[in-house]
Amino acid sequence: MKRFLYELTESWKIAAAQMRSNLTRSTLTALGVIIGIIAVTLMGTAVNGISIGFDKSMAVLGDDVLYVTQWPWKPVDDWWNYRDRKKIKTEYAETLSRMIAATPNSNLVIAVPTSNLMRSIKFGGNQVDNVFVLGTTSDFIVTSTIDCTAGRFFNELESRGGASVVIIGYDVADALFPSESPIDKSVLINGQLFKVIGVNTRQGTFLGLFSWDSMVAMPLSAFNKYFSAKSESDVRVKVKDKTKLADAKDELTGLMRRVRGLPPEKKDDFSINEQQAFKSTLDPVKNTIAIAGLFITGLSLFVGAIGIMNITFVSVKERTKEIGTRKALGARRRTILLQFLIESTALCLLGGFIGLAFAYLMCFGIGKAFPSFPIHFSVGLVLISMIVSILTGLFSGFAPAWTASRLDPVAALRYE
Amino acid sequence: MTSDHVRQAGPIVIDIENITKDYVMGEEIVHALRGVTLQIRRNEYIAIMGPSGSGKSTLMNMLGCLDTPTSGRYEFNGKNVAEMDDDELAAVRNREIGFVFQTFNLLPRSTSLRNVELPLIYAGIEPERRIERAIQVLTDVGLGDRTHHKPNELSGGQRQRVAIARALVNGPSIILADEPTGNLDSKTGEEIMELFEDLYERGNTIILVTHERDIAAHARRTVHLRDGLVEMDHAGFIPELDLPIPETTST
Ligand SMILES: Nc1ncnc2c1ncn2[C@@H]1O[C@H](COP(=O)(O)OP(=O)(O)O)[C@@H](O)[C@H]1O
Ligand SMILES: [Mg+2]
Repeated sequence: MKRFLYELTESWKIAAAQMRSNLTRSTLTALGVIIGIIAVTLMGTAVNGISIGFDKSMAVLGDDVLYVTQWPWKPVDDWWNYRDRKKIKTEYAETLSRMIAATPNSNLVIAVPTSNLMRSIKFGGNQVDNVFVLGTTSDFIVTSTIDCTAGRFFNELESRGGASVVIIGYDVADALFPSESPIDKSVLINGQLFKVIGVNTRQGTFLGLFSWDSMVAMPLSAFNKYFSAKSESDVRVKVKDKTKLADAKDELTGLMRRVRGLPPEKKDDFSINEQQAFKSTLDPVKNTIAIAGLFITGLSLFVGAIGIMNITFVSVKERTKEIGTRKALGARRRTILLQFLIESTALCLLGGFIGLAFAYLMCFGIGKAFPSFPIHFSVGLVLISMIVSILTGLFSGFAPAWTASRLDPVAALRYE
Repeated sequence: MTSDHVRQAGPIVIDIENITKDYVMGEEIVHALRGVTLQIRRNEYIAIMGPSGSGKSTLMNMLGCLDTPTSGRYEFNGKNVAEMDDDELAAVRNREIGFVFQTFNLLPRSTSLRNVELPLIYAGIEPERRIERAIQVLTDVGLGDRTHHKPNELSGGQRQRVAIARALVNGPSIILADEPTGNLDSKTGEEIMELFEDLYERGNTIILVTHERDIAAHARRTVHLRDGLVEMDHAGFIPELDLPIPETTST
């Protein structure tokens, strides 16, 4: 054990001396690994960022909320079976809430209606198109975590009275009110004035997935008054205990069948969705992107590894006589193996460090240039890159080191 | 032919019997050794002589456990070398044998101290003791003031002294020197031979390969090889017997 430690130290010293005396060669070889590590690290941060972005967008849906919708949240082959389903009406929410209240030990808390459509929104000379306009009740805040940076969400009174008030998302506020506070200003939607009473905390957008940043919310009664046209309606139902989501889903299915008055032999004519369903359709996409991305960038690291392997073979060849001498002095096979493994690993680690430094700078730059892109440089990633560098070194050094360790001492000593 | 001196020496270190070594070179088989029998005791000083290609280096490699015989028996300190595995052979080379090469074979980028330390590292000695011991041995060979010089900052004679220090540092049973003066001028060669004489007086066992009569004259016993066979094995150096050997003779 002690001997192993001494041999290890000796090998590191030799590797350092070797790199110093072949500086150009070492740098050029390390370049392959540098590029490989940059590529892999950047791809890693991107994959990491995508994953975080997905999760953040998913979080908007809430993990303890069920969504009653006409269409299921998954790709369907038989779309015609869903097309003719009856629309979900906002009135169901009230009925459902009453039924929930009447059920002892219900797994459900409350049902909240939402209607939405896309509209333009104006203030002064500024206009934002394709804003997601949401109409709901004041109970909405029970099902969704809505934080306001300024102002507040509308209250029950405004909700029932159909007051012309709106809560606006961060990006909407930013576009309409670049230099003033939006609170108490009146914005124009569909030719109708609405008073801004709250601004949402910034959430960040990602790959066009839904974000609060580009929406506005208003009381449902006001929404119905002015936008009765082609709006989409859903009902969201808050679950009491999210560990019993399946039970809650069964219960809600039962309630919805009663609402729709379906006889037992008929199939459900509505869908009940939860965040997880959405996730499980998106996760394979996310994983495919991650695997494909890492595979392609991994190839560049592989090319770097081949370079290291090549140079280690050259090093073994050049130092055949030295290997013979070391064997004559009592070096065992594993001593020689270790020495050349350390040499290739040292080169890869050097490349890894430099590559990581570059990747860090690049991430920093990208983060500055595109703040919305969720690039994520973490300590874990640094550790993984270092481990990948070491593994690359061991991988690329193994064949030459093995050859060196197996050299016949006499032949090695005679080698010129 | 054995002498009184051989009998006065210590216990047998090397005992080989009917050793052969064949090298396969394509279609051809080279019989480098054809059946060598030899016993070497502790504190002997032996010169192995013979014309070029007679098998001297092959025999040395065999004695130094760097190579294994094609046939025959080899016992080192009473242990059968054929039964040792790779690690055991490495351990014997590390602790029991000190190699000195014609071309010095120093690590070019390492100081004298680090070169001499190397066998101690392989022996698993801790750093402080390593440095202490290496400096002591370097001082013994007259290089106490050259410990931090690299090989290219030393003369040929000094390099060979470093190599000898490296061979001595683990206190081996035997020192094997294959033409140690072959790359040195005769004056420096003579100085190295004085060092060997000194080491012999201090109780070391030395086996020296040379084809130079002046160098062989330092040894206490001479073994002549010819075509892979022991031609003569006698005590001391007998000028009448050790006639210059023509380089090309066939029997
Ligand atoms: N590795 C080898 N492969 C093939 N032939 C060899 C090898 N080593 C030595 N020989 C041959 O064996 C014979 C003895 O060589 P060697 O022991 O080096 O002689 P010496 O040292 O006495 O000059 C020579 O004919 C040489 O060519
Ligand atoms: Mg020779």
